Amino acid sequence: MQKLLSRYRNWLTAITGVLIILAFSSKWFFSSEQSSTYLLFVASLVGGLPIFVQAYQALRVKVISIDLLVTLAILGAFVIKEFEESAIVAFLFLFGAYLEQRTLAKTRSAIKNLVEMVPETTFRKLHNGDFEEVSVEEVNEEDILLVKTGGKIPVDGEVIFGSGTANEASITGESIPVSKDLSDKVFAGTILENGTIQIRTEKIGEDTTFGKIIELVEEAQDSKSKAERFIDQFSKYYTPSVLVLAIIVWLISRNIELAVTILVLGCPGALVIGVPVSNVSGIGNGARHGILFKGSDVITNFSKVDTMLFDKTGTLTYGNPQVAQTIYYSSDRSLAESLLASVERESDHPLAKAILNYYSDSVVRVIDSTEVIQGGGIVARIQNHQVLVGNSYLMNQYNIPFTNQMKSDIAGMEAKGNSIVLTAIDGQIALVVGIRDQIRQGVKEDLETLKNMGVKNLILLSGDNQGTVDLVANQLGLTEAYGHLLPEDKAEFVRKRQASGEIVAFVGDGINDSPSLALADIGIAMGNGTDVAIETSNVVLMNSDFHRIPHAIGLAKATRRNMIENIFIALLVVVVLLISILSSSWMNMAIGMFVHEGSILVVILNAMRLLKYKRK
Amino acid sequence: MMKKAILQLETLACPTCMQKIEGAIKSVTGVDKESVKVLFNASKAKVNFDASVTNVNEIVKAVQAIGYDVLKVSEK
Repeated sequence: MQKLLSRYRNWLTAITGVLIILAFSSKWFFSSEQSSTYLLFVASLVGGLPIFVQAYQALRVKVISIDLLVTLAILGAFVIKEFEESAIVAFLFLFGAYLEQRTLAKTRSAIKNLVEMVPETTFRKLHNGDFEEVSVEEVNEEDILLVKTGGKIPVDGEVIFGSGTANEASITGESIPVSKDLSDKVFAGTILENGTIQIRTEKIGEDTTFGKIIELVEEAQDSKSKAERFIDQFSKYYTPSVLVLAIIVWLISRNIELAVTILVLGCPGALVIGVPVSNVSGIGNGARHGILFKGSDVITNFSKVDTMLFDKTGTLTYGNPQVAQTIYYSSDRSLAESLLASVERESDHPLAKAILNYYSDSVVRVIDSTEVIQGGGIVARIQNHQVLVGNSYLMNQYNIPFTNQMKSDIAGMEAKGNSIVLTAIDGQIALVVGIRDQIRQGVKEDLETLKNMGVKNLILLSGDNQGTVDLVANQLGLTEAYGHLLPEDKAEFVRKRQASGEIVAFVGDGINDSPSLALADIGIAMGNGTDVAIETSNVVLMNSDFHRIPHAIGLAKATRRNMIENIFIALLVVVVLLISILSSSWMNMAIGMFVHEGSILVVILNAMRLLKYKRK
Repeated sequence: MMKKAILQLETLACPTCMQKIEGAIKSVTGVDKESVKVLFNASKAKVNFDASVTNVNEIVKAVQAIGYDVLKVSEK
């Protein structure tokens, strides 16, 4: 019965609406009071039925619901033969619920898009080696699945056959495809852009990395702030008290019309839904921009943050050394580059990787012989050239001359924190490469923006020596900078600033910073989807993208403002209704219901603005 | 033995739905009343229950009895 009613609820709503229109036209155009009353009576019944049933079901589990208030209001209107009002109240209540459902679906669309990253079906290997299409829910651990080009990967597992490239943006935020070969791990919610692979299933459903991310977002959207918990408590007692109030008014005044009007006006609506919809929209907007907010308390705290602490390596810098500076002392640049790159190809030194990345398109030459000089570098012969690649110790061993210009250039690079790689060709220094962990692009501008957004203290905390730390701090315009800190020192620093009444956010890259991330009011992980980063922090930046922090703060502030607006709208509506019921003659239950449903839609529409939030 | 049930419900729209569904699940004997959690936006209900006293079908039935569709159930 109730299933049928809920399925055809929209139809019942439409029929009620049509009946009301017919009733009014027969009254105005045919002056047929009789048939109009009859039609309105039927409309009240059709529209009232689903509301009655819901009220009854709620009562059975001891909940006094809004449906009960409306039911009593409609019955009360029947008693005083106000069929016009009862029909309109029933219709508006149903139609309002319909519109709410439609608009709410919009505010939830962000998370829905995420969930759809996991496919519905997949191909599972049978005993005879064939593949059969099955629903993803039927897949068990250890099952072998087939994924083809363009397919979505349904589970976490290991590649046991074939190879390809996967886009793991949904997990890491990084949209550059990752190559997947034998025994590589693949993740649910990622897309195989190229190739065909067979996977041995390791984790399914909610246990996959992607499943955990979804669960976090879902829990965040429904986690309640202190304000919401208060409103929840409030509304639990509010609805029954409206009922009691209406009964008291009726007992005293014997005025049924006044009593049912109170029932309708007392329906809790905008107040209950206003804050959660702001939240959902805000968190949804974040999720689409690679920012995971873990709950609405996070948003409230984040919008008030006045001190931000940054880890250096991996947060303000890229975290992996890159070529920062090159100086050529030879006229044949391409020869020098090519020889250096060819030698570095033979090396597994960490700096070699940075050099190869930098000179990735230079010509690779065949090496005739190489010799590694411990603590110095490499000596190689390439096509009749003697090539030395290494530090100044190596160059001194081979009596390579340095001009004063070279000496001062190298000293300058070292002062900027570079590691130096020298290249000498046939006894002459040809190329000096400076390699360092570089500051992320645009960080300076982002920090400037944060200052303008009201974050007063921007502080660098690092394990590095104070010299390097000061250098970075000056370059970026940070307010304070401290070096030589261990993870526990950083945590202690967080505690100290909190004790002095500041709201502290800590931005770090996860594992060694996790104590500080957990301790800070807001822990922001430059996450690449690792469990530790996601679990200990309050905000996760999916792509390790520093640039998203200003958006995150702006969004948090906008969301908080939006919540306050919604609470204000809701309270204003209650006050206006109360005043008008006491002082005006035009207020009746139909108008009351209209205002009530209207105010709910207004707060939802207001919250939806957050979905489009962009920082100017 | 305690188990956890996750119910995917039809899209929830009204705020009082949560109270109703919470009440319905709590009315099933054998569920841990403290653990009942209805996620409004995700339209999900999560609850721990004693598998020796009740089972997921009982919980699903209770939710359906008050008029909400259960689209998917998983337990672990």
